[in-house]
Amino acid sequence: MFLPAVLYVLALVGVPLILAFLYSVGDVKVGSVGYHFVGLANFRSVLESPTFRVALRNSFIFTISSQILVLVGATILALSLKKAFPGRWLLRFLILLPWVAPVSIGSIGWKWILDSLYSVINWVLIRLHLANEFSPPMWLGDPKLAMLSIILVQTWHMLPFATVIILAGWTALPKDIPEAAEVDGAGFFRRLFQIEIPMMLPIINVAVLFGIIFTFTDMTVVYILTRGGPYDTTQVLPTQAFQTGVLGSDLAEGAAISMFLVPILIVVAWLMLRSAHRAEVT
Amino acid sequence: MAVVATRGLTKTFKAGQAAAVHNVNLESEEGEFLVLLGPSGSGKTTLLRMIAGLEEPTSGEILIGGVVVNDMTPRERRIAMVFQSYALYPHLTVLGNIVFPLKARGMGKAEREDKAGWAAGLLGIKHLLGRKPRELSGGERQRVALARAIVREPTLFLLDEPLSNLDAKLRASAREELEQFQRRVGTTTIYVTHDQVEAMAMGDRIVVMNFGEVRQIGTPAEVYDDPADTFVATFLGSPPMNLVEHRDVVVGFRPEHFFPVTQLAGRAAIPEHIRDADRSGPFVPLNFRTSHEEYLGAERIIYGHLEGRFEGKKAISRVPATTGGQFESASLHAFAVSEKHLKFFDREKGTRTGRVSLA
Repeated sequence: MFLPAVLYVLALVGVPLILAFLYSVGDVKVGSVGYHFVGLANFRSVLESPTFRVALRNSFIFTISSQILVLVGATILALSLKKAFPGRWLLRFLILLPWVAPVSIGSIGWKWILDSLYSVINWVLIRLHLANEFSPPMWLGDPKLAMLSIILVQTWHMLPFATVIILAGWTALPKDIPEAAEVDGAGFFRRLFQIEIPMMLPIINVAVLFGIIFTFTDMTVVYILTRGGPYDTTQVLPTQAFQTGVLGSDLAEGAAISMFLVPILIVVAWLMLRSAHRAEVT
Repeated sequence: MAVVATRGLTKTFKAGQAAAVHNVNLESEEGEFLVLLGPSGSGKTTLLRMIAGLEEPTSGEILIGGVVVNDMTPRERRIAMVFQSYALYPHLTVLGNIVFPLKARGMGKAEREDKAGWAAGLLGIKHLLGRKPRELSGGERQRVALARAIVREPTLFLLDEPLSNLDAKLRASAREELEQFQRRVGTTTIYVTHDQVEAMAMGDRIVVMNFGEVRQIGTPAEVYDDPADTFVATFLGSPPMNLVEHRDVVVGFRPEHFFPVTQLAGRAAIPEHIRDADRSGPFVPLNFRTSHEEYLGAERIIYGHLEGRFEGKKAISRVPATTGGQFESASLHAFAVSEKHLKFFDREKGTRTGRVSLA
């Protein structure tokens, strides 16, 4: 009964994973015919590369900062969408759009919004006299601003998903418990931080862990906006693996880079299953 | 001064719909145990929630301690409420639950733990302070909810069907405990229930509600013995009051006032269980065609319909199990009801009317 599902998972997930592992300990290049086992040579070479260390650090910065922003933003959004008001469904729909729209389209839109010549943000800033007309901020060209830009766009992209999960969790909370807290004399913030958010923690955990996985392994936003530039300052592990393995034809080293994602993702997946289980129980 | 009073309190959830609570005027007395009794949908919980400040009245006023509190938040009203589900905070320990209202008030740690210890001692749950709500039984949860309510010594307790989640056996003992507890702390209490036994057993006064309106306010004896209308007459009492139509009135009598009589030497013998005050009569003899009987251990409930006077009307008799007699199906028996226990209601409106001759 489960056989088709098992076969499906093995074929589409298991085989590529094993293949990637074999590549990472071999000497495979695009177009090469043989396979020689080289042990940990690829990993050694990857670890010695300064670009890799930057990419590893960036991956963490990119994921952690965007997830913190998502968490705070999604909680505030969910809180304001919880109460019924006219036009709520429309607003909920609009908020969901960035998640529903293909990320590539969204990112291309942002690429124009952040463009060095045609940026609407700069246009507005210049009109408001907040930026110098002759040297406006280079959103994607300045290393610091580029990092900030990819983090903000990733946040924009992930926010709806987390909002929907948190909103669903909130709607499922028994109404009488916050009411009891209200009668017990708790004000808005005490209710929020001492009662409602702690009760929703398992659900918030699921939203955050999903967000971590989707952000840590995804390269779309970074690749479309900056291609890892300027000078590899926004390189993350997935973009570096792609550039080394596919564009640079060094499949083995690309595979080795992506292998660094595995232990982190295993930990996150384990945490996710555990907190999903806990959400089920209580 | 009344602890709680409502004036013309009305709540309509949707414009154009019937009011959930309609024009309720209540006054509770200091230290009183006031029960709001009614079937589900009668508006009793909505009324309680309005007093708590969880629901905004459409019109009318709520006064607590003589002050209009309509615009106050629940927090400002300084009342305590026990919810039907107990609404314990699942992520906090029992101690955390009990001190929560004190924390919200900004009381220091030492003082609040002192208070929590006192409240827990009062309810006998000191040994549970370190546990989480999910590790407690239904009865223990109820006590934690009560401790959380009592700990800030409120002027008013609001209890929303706190016994309905307990099983039948536990409910009886919890009821008695709750009653004793209220007597001991002496806090004015408003208690919502749909269970007439609870209402009769615990209430100093009962407010009987139906379709959002107060039908009668009175002591348990008043609402039971002197129901204001046919709704109160049938809602209180199990089995309910017998109601038979007679010309333009409805005649009502309680099943326990409707009993079998035996002819002894040409004179009707009244069963032993009828108290002296009721033995003297006069009695209205009724012919009762019994259909079946329920034996409940301590008492027997006899079902059937009347013949002759009130021909064809259904009636129920309730006699102690110690009363003899066989009431097999379809047999005809001589029954009687004491005339002074007859109640008369308006046939159209269902309200009480004056005595009418049955002749």
